Amino acid sequence: MSRNSPLAVCYHALFTAFMLAPILVVCFVAFTPEGYLSFPTDRWSLRWFYAIGRYPEFISAFWRSLLLGALSSAVAVAISVPAALAIARHRFRGREAMTTLFMSPLMIPHVVLGIAFLRFFTEVGLGGTFVGLVLAHIVIVLPFALRLTLASAVGLDRALEHAALSLGASEWTVLKRITLPLVLPGLVSGWALAFINSFDEVTMTVFIAAPGTETLPVRMFLYIQDNIDPLVTSVSACVIAVTVLALVALDRAYGLERLLVGRSDDGR
Amino acid sequence: MKSTPYLLSLPALLLFAVVVIVPLGMTVLLSFHDWGQYKGIEPVFILKNWREVLTDSYYLEMFGRTFRIALFVTVLTAVFGAPEAYILNRMKSPWRGIFLLVILGPLLISVVARTLGWALLFGGNSGLINKALISWGLISAPLPFMFTETGMVVALAHVLMPYMVLAVWAALQRLDPQVENAAVALGAGPFTVLRRIVLPQVMPGILSGAIIVFALAASAFATPAIIGGRRLKVAATLAYDEFLNTLNWPLGAAVAVLLLVALVVIVVGASRLVERRYAQVFG
Repeated sequence: MSRNSPLAVCYHALFTAFMLAPILVVCFVAFTPEGYLSFPTDRWSLRWFYAIGRYPEFISAFWRSLLLGALSSAVAVAISVPAALAIARHRFRGREAMTTLFMSPLMIPHVVLGIAFLRFFTEVGLGGTFVGLVLAHIVIVLPFALRLTLASAVGLDRALEHAALSLGASEWTVLKRITLPLVLPGLVSGWALAFINSFDEVTMTVFIAAPGTETLPVRMFLYIQDNIDPLVTSVSACVIAVTVLALVALDRAYGLERLLVGRSDDGR
Repeated sequence: MKSTPYLLSLPALLLFAVVVIVPLGMTVLLSFHDWGQYKGIEPVFILKNWREVLTDSYYLEMFGRTFRIALFVTVLTAVFGAPEAYILNRMKSPWRGIFLLVILGPLLISVVARTLGWALLFGGNSGLINKALISWGLISAPLPFMFTETGMVVALAHVLMPYMVLAVWAALQRLDPQVENAAVALGAGPFTVLRRIVLPQVMPGILSGAIIVFALAASAFATPAIIGGRRLKVAATLAYDEFLNTLNWPLGAAVAVLLLVALVVIVVGASRLVERRYAQVFG
């Protein structure tokens, strides 16, 4: 493999600076000691991080987002495991159509989904409820859960199951002792990727969240629409910190490349 | 058993039938309903909203802006993202993984937080970018970024860049380095190798990345809403306004359905074109 030229290295440095600049700016401004937006130069302060405590709507939105992400990802994984086994192991009528349907939330703009959910939930009496949020989030994170569970279901060696069966294990035992443990890594990383996507979702959620069921990104978005002050930068800095930690953990556990390169294939 | 796969997928199928297909159908229907300031939504079948969306110059201008921004964003990400993916691919072991994480990682960071960063960098007349450009003597008066299409394009290009890098990266992984070496051995210069060997092979990756970026840019919501403010509307922010401020749901539904249909036509059409053109590469 040949080396990059000095010109290429310069380009790479500029590109990396472009990608990181907005994220770093948010984190820097969050430490300002002033009461307005400014870069901390000689003095750093945590006052805007302490200030978050005085805004209970951010705190409750944070817990709601965590619960929503954990719950909807868990349900999405739970229903994608059997679906992944069906798609991976059986050839049946409508298999392609079904896969397309399950992957469709990636292709349908989230604004359109948000509008459709708003209309539907209002009609059936789930408008602005947490149950509605969970249902909507299961749908939008299911493609991520399904892709990773499907990948591990396809890679599963069926000889292991046949061996267990021939040694006298019941089908239930095979599922519990052989199949599930083998798909577990895909299941866990599918849950994690689904969780991150649920935790970050704003476009669809902004339509169906009511005051009292707002998620953290929605609360941040609505706050920014009114005014931008150091408080919202410190909240954003916390969100960035949490995401970066999750990202590094996910990279160690599963490999970010494996997790994401699959994602680029959805567009085709 | 013939019914096994259906039974296994039943929970997911039921959920998608009730929570995806039915609501989408209801939204299409809604776009044909009537609406009045005092009477609210009237469940009749009329073409009023569609006529308004398709002929009124306000909506035409807004859809024109939406697709213009999406086009600029797509070109920017392709022109700057593809070379970066190539450089990343040529990096040595620890750096490659680290910078892949740095460049693709932002994909998973909240869009609101990333856009907030751009709002801080642009920041009216006192934003960091303008201060830097003025102090370096490149410009004399601050450039407007906030509440302009330029600002939206730059911020969206940043938000969607990882998708392009990812698509080109995936294409580069399928490339046989021996072909490059063979070209060099046969006397080709580095530029010729890039143009005649690498580019034709990663073109499908660039195009599939372009399709993803275009679709996401045309339907983007949070970034145009924050950078564009309340006046500079794109399709997604307009639909949001109709639903949650004006409360004219049928008109908002027509805007959303039109956006969906336009995107499906463009994305499916472009994918067909790419697949036909590069059938031998996808082979």
